[in-house]
Amino acid sequence: MSNTPQPVIRLERLQRRYVMGGSHIDALQCVDLDVQENEYLAIMGQSGSGKSTLMNIIGCLDRPTEGEYWLNNERVSTMDDRQLARIRNREIGFVFQTFNLLPRMSALANVEVPLVYSGKKRKERHELAGAALDTVGLSDRMTHRPSEMSGGQRQRVAIARALVTNPSILLADEPTGNLDSSTGEEIMSLFDRLKNQGNTLIVVTHEKHIADRANRIVRLSDGNVISDEHTSEAR
Amino acid sequence: MLFGETIRISLASIRSNLFRALLTMLGIVIGVGAVITMVALGTGAQRQIDDQMAAMGGNILSIQSSAWFSRGVARNQQTLTTDDALALSTGMQHVTAVVPEINSRFQVKYGNRNLNVSVIGTTPNYPDVHRFNFAHGGMFTAADDAARKRVVVLGAELPGMLDADPAALIGRSIQVRSIKFEIIGVLEAKGGSGWRNPDDDIWIPLSTAQFRVTGDEFVQTISAQVADTSSTEMAMLEIERILRREHGVLPGKDNDFAIMDRRQFAQSRQEATEVFSYLLAGIAGVSLVVGGIGIMNIMLVTVTERTREIGVRKALGATRGNILLQFLVESTILCLLGGLIGLALGATVSALLAHYAGWQTVVTANSAFTAFGFSAAVGMVFGIWPAKRAASLDPIEALRHE
Repeated sequence: MSNTPQPVIRLERLQRRYVMGGSHIDALQCVDLDVQENEYLAIMGQSGSGKSTLMNIIGCLDRPTEGEYWLNNERVSTMDDRQLARIRNREIGFVFQTFNLLPRMSALANVEVPLVYSGKKRKERHELAGAALDTVGLSDRMTHRPSEMSGGQRQRVAIARALVTNPSILLADEPTGNLDSSTGEEIMSLFDRLKNQGNTLIVVTHEKHIADRANRIVRLSDGNVISDEHTSEAR
Repeated sequence: MLFGETIRISLASIRSNLFRALLTMLGIVIGVGAVITMVALGTGAQRQIDDQMAAMGGNILSIQSSAWFSRGVARNQQTLTTDDALALSTGMQHVTAVVPEINSRFQVKYGNRNLNVSVIGTTPNYPDVHRFNFAHGGMFTAADDAARKRVVVLGAELPGMLDADPAALIGRSIQVRSIKFEIIGVLEAKGGSGWRNPDDDIWIPLSTAQFRVTGDEFVQTISAQVADTSSTEMAMLEIERILRREHGVLPGKDNDFAIMDRRQFAQSRQEATEVFSYLLAGIAGVSLVVGGIGIMNIMLVTVTERTREIGVRKALGATRGNILLQFLVESTILCLLGGLIGLALGATVSALLAHYAGWQTVVTANSAFTAFGFSAAVGMVFGIWPAKRAASLDPIEALRHE
């Protein structure tokens, strides 16, 4: 490990235990995982395999019960709420299955939300959000509200929102789950392009053809990594 | 996060649910409106008393017979006489004028009208000391008094009661206790102070009253005008000394008369009004608190409705503090808007009361600021619990919320 570059993400013997009444459930038993910069990783698994829990921990929405999580050499596993909020804001870009755009706001305003929390001034927010929407090909839809856009367009707004802070990792949870196959294909090619532009992507999915587009597939079952394989180079 | 941005988000949220926001505000609107109106009424009543006190000019001491004890039995007996008034009017340092009053009710007849009114036998300086002005004619003179002339001055209400034109009454004759009097003056209205309306009185010369109408030497009241309010105490001592001497009250015995300070009387009335207006404002304040509970209720609903939004904002980097502030600002803005509308409502109701009911109302900047500040405080206090709930939501749970 000494010669390889520092990984963006390093998980060491990660465990997450939920206690319910007297009994407990180990959603994650013992997960070790390194993710390098500019990797395109797919996390697969049945429902209940622990992939959502893993994603929540990687996304700094949750903390591990045991084990260590290093993100860009920062020890995330021991951070408090405030520090985690800062990490989510600067280092993580979330893309959700249900888009989770704020309905009363324009596309531009939605993309600006993370910048509001990082304290950017209005003018700078406009510029950055406009550029992000341009990246996803929606520069002509900036003033539209989510309800005035198609599912694919909404997801692209969500991706622009995830990209706008220039995060270390882009974290997508079933990004095509709510889209028809051709729109899903559109989104996946956008991910390919983002990977080629040097972004680090982690996609959680249960669909084989989505996972196949990644460079590396990690399979989870019962809270453990059961396989970790590198696929052929990205197309 | 930028505070301006928080305000912008809150305004957008209120705007998106405008009708509900207005209903929510209603409690605060009514509360603030009620406080403003009540305080305006109280301030108006106080202003009225202040005006009356200013109209009094120098202070007036009112001397009356008081119950005195004879072998342990209280006797309500007349003790003040015209001689007392005479004694007081000569050789007093701190009293500038002395006005005796013989006060009784008699039948007064004019044409076919027959009234029972208060007849005051007094000296020519009465209108100066008690601040009356004449509408028509004038006051009787010292010579009229000395000659026991049968002349009468009518209060402002009298012409109306007699169904006669005030100007035409001058020189006409009127019967007081079946004695013919000539009308020589009609007063301007002064307005009542308390339970008695001085505009209903008629005045005749003191000697005339004493020798032609009542037939005795007693007076009911002697008013003593004190030019300088600061020497009121001295004047009271002086009056007490003279009257004790006149009445031959032995040292150690109680006075058989009472001296009342009209200014002090007015002051205690003012205090009572003040207490009353605070009480009213307090009751109105309760409705403000009830309005606050309404705000809290709706804010809790809003937090539940926007659980997912809170989850998204947290995922995108909002801290607990950001979310707390956002909801706190929203409830405070709701209350401030409600306060603003309530202020307008209260000012309008006050103006309407003044216009239609004729009550004096004064909306002061002070009461406006207090009510406004109080509504902001209500917004913060009742907003804190919903905001705390919003801030402490678990982002994972919140994102899963449907």
